[in-house]
Amino acid sequence: MEFAYSDEQQILLESADRFGEENMGAAARLARLAEGPEGSRRRWAAMAELGWLMLPIAEADGGLGGGPVEIAALMEGFGRHLMIEPYVSCCVFAPALMQGGGDKASELLAQIGMGEVRIAAALLEDDGYSVFGVDTRAEGDRLTGTKVHAEDGADADWFVVSARTGGVYGDKSGISLFLVAADAPGLTVRRFRSSDSHRHCSLELNDVPGILLGERDTAVARIAAAADRALVAHLAEAVGSMEAATAATLDYVRTRQQFGVAIGTFQVIQHKLVDMSVACEESRALMSVAARSLESGTPDRALIAAARVRISQCGVMVAQMAVQLHGGVGTSEELVVSHHLRRQMMLDLILGDRDYHRARFVALSDA
Amino acid sequence: MTPSLAPDDLAFRDEVRAFFADSIPDDWKTTVRSGLRLPPETLTAYQKRLADRGWGAPTWPVEYGGTGWTPAQLSIFWSEAAAADAPPQFHQGLELIGPIIFTYGRQAQKDFYLPRIITGEDWWCQGYSEPGAGSDLAALRTRADRDGDDYVLNGQKMWTSYAHVADRMFVLARTSTEAKRQQGISLILVDMDTPGLRIQPIHTLDEKHHTNEVFLDDVRVPLSNLVGEEGMGWGYGKVLLDRERMVAAATAMFLPQTLRAVREAAKRRRVPGGTLFDRPGFRSKLAQIEIEALALQAMVMRLMADAAAGADSGPRGSMVKLRWSELIQQATGLWVEALGPAAQHFEALDGNGKTPPDMPLALQGALYSRVTTIYGGSSEIQRNIIARRALGL
Ligand SMILES: Cc1cc2nc3c(=O)[nH]c(=O)nc-3n(C[C@H](O)[C@H](O)[C@H](O)COP(=O)(O)OP(=O)(O)OC[C@H]3O[C@@H](n4cnc5c(N)ncnc54)[C@H](O)[C@@H]3O)c2cc1C
Repeated sequence: MEFAYSDEQQILLESADRFGEENMGAAARLARLAEGPEGSRRRWAAMAELGWLMLPIAEADGGLGGGPVEIAALMEGFGRHLMIEPYVSCCVFAPALMQGGGDKASELLAQIGMGEVRIAAALLEDDGYSVFGVDTRAEGDRLTGTKVHAEDGADADWFVVSARTGGVYGDKSGISLFLVAADAPGLTVRRFRSSDSHRHCSLELNDVPGILLGERDTAVARIAAAADRALVAHLAEAVGSMEAATAATLDYVRTRQQFGVAIGTFQVIQHKLVDMSVACEESRALMSVAARSLESGTPDRALIAAARVRISQCGVMVAQMAVQLHGGVGTSEELVVSHHLRRQMMLDLILGDRDYHRARFVALSDA
Repeated sequence: MTPSLAPDDLAFRDEVRAFFADSIPDDWKTTVRSGLRLPPETLTAYQKRLADRGWGAPTWPVEYGGTGWTPAQLSIFWSEAAAADAPPQFHQGLELIGPIIFTYGRQAQKDFYLPRIITGEDWWCQGYSEPGAGSDLAALRTRADRDGDDYVLNGQKMWTSYAHVADRMFVLARTSTEAKRQQGISLILVDMDTPGLRIQPIHTLDEKHHTNEVFLDDVRVPLSNLVGEEGMGWGYGKVLLDRERMVAAATAMFLPQTLRAVREAAKRRRVPGGTLFDRPGFRSKLAQIEIEALALQAMVMRLMADAAAGADSGPRGSMVKLRWSELIQQATGLWVEALGPAAQHFEALDGNGKTPPDMPLALQGALYSRVTTIYGGSSEIQRNIIARRALGL
């Protein structure tokens, strides 16, 4: 069992770390966030130049064909510096949904890699997380329905939308994927910012033209595989973030004085930091195993669900403790630990909450 | 929780219930349930309404304009308020400085300040914490030097909640440098519009403006603004500690509001086969928090019974604070979970964006709740107090 990154993977992590430090460092963070989408576009262009955007895209589609471990290395850096660019949604998740999806899909995939186009997946409906909770209907290639949440969709040029080409809400088949242009007639895009400064949207589709991706009725397996790939990337992000929050807290308790001593001398503080570091260790090990399993080509999907549950738990707990041990300043905007907490809370909701993945784990491991 | 009530108490309950039935506008309710405070103007209007009814200061003795209610009446009042989605009253004047003034203040201070607290005319803020003095409050460095008929205050306060809307601040400052850190600290009342006082907002993770830094730069206040005796300010904190169990008790009684919001969000959320609320797993999680909330209420009742019997409740106030803060964190966390993906929609970015009615309150509530295990004495400090006072460790 391999845990360490290869030299090339290590270089990816280091370059992401450097990029994060230069572009999204803790000190300049608030100013950068205040720049809004413009600043983010600049960073996106720089990421394209570094070749990051084409890293996860298959070679057949003009990408570099990077595997889950390469993506994980990069995402750790994203997590450490809380970079808000829509990397997983646009470069990992959407491409996995679109792979082998036809001419238009290939064309767009190449453009994603160059940073010319942004794509977001819009799969979720009222229910939230179940792949089968789809009511949006496709009459021929025209779509009608509501998508309650598209991760990082606010600035997307295209959406990958799931719709029913057969069956009814809750049925386990009859679901297809379509490409929908953000400016398509009949499409209403509602944009939202989340508390971690990501930019999302919801969609209202009213007889909107779509382009079928791949074969009709067969999207469920493809969605599940793509979601696992995106999940693992987010796990690496969560690990990067929790380790950074722990390191910042460790520094802080060594310097903050109360009652004439550094608060790190209080045993209760030491024990909390120990719990945080154990959670980091546990999460890193689990993330590596999950990424390697995905890379093997025969992923252990129950393991990935398990990793998602446990790493989310650890990530939120670590960030909460980081805030707690900083005392009042931990709750301020000024300090990066509060940003780690917000990101961890949102990571806990992306592509399903813990209950959803626990249920998946049960279903997959009982099967 | 419905403990058995005596006939008098039953009548009282009906009276309180009737009052709240037509005193709480609908648009207050969602904010209240999130555990966030209503805007100051609204809270002031609410305070006035209570004062008009004679209920402005539920926990105060009658001679200072309070209700003189028994603990049973108090807990009925809070339960009914919570059930009606009324907000908790703002505590800094009512529970923190008011009681210190009526216990240690001179007559002129009682006559002037107490009625203004009850009617909501004065909004108070607490200027205790400093950048270097949080858990270790005795490390405070703000100075108050005598100069003629005035004190001249210099220093910096931090985390001064609502300083930006307050009319007055009660400040702990050093009036002499004694060997023992707790000595030489005095409690002084400052009008917020005094020259030399500057307020700078602190932005917190929930993106609401609650709290501030306050800079005191040659701020002159008359010597008569001293409360009690010079150099004895630290000791008055003991009354405060005692009163804080009231604050903890009152806030704990409002926890069911948040749990109702969680229920409603879960009932709205459709999942295959019904709503989220129909899922046994979710119900079980909610039930667990509801059960712990009931246990907390039982603790509050016992605390109130102590108070009625005039017994020292020891560190029970700390225990209530500890448990309440943990439960509000769990409850708001579950609320976010109940909202599902919509919980990521914190703020609409364009005109046609519509968030569900309890978003972003749920998330703000969940984020803000992290503060509850830090302010008013962090959980670590509360545990230290319990270890020392209850267990003698
Ligand atoms: C939103 C908000 C509003 C506030 N409002 C007010 C207000 O209106 N007026 C006011 O005066 N103050 C206010 N406070 C300040 C609050 O009382 C302090 O933040 C609190 O006492 C903690 O102090 P600190 O932030 O300096 O943290 P520190 O004291 O630096 O604590 C850092 C960490 O060390 C731990 N720690 C410290 N000492 C010990 C110990 N002996 N043993 C074990 N662990 C320890 C703490 O628990 C914490 O986890 C507010 C704070 C916040 C965040």
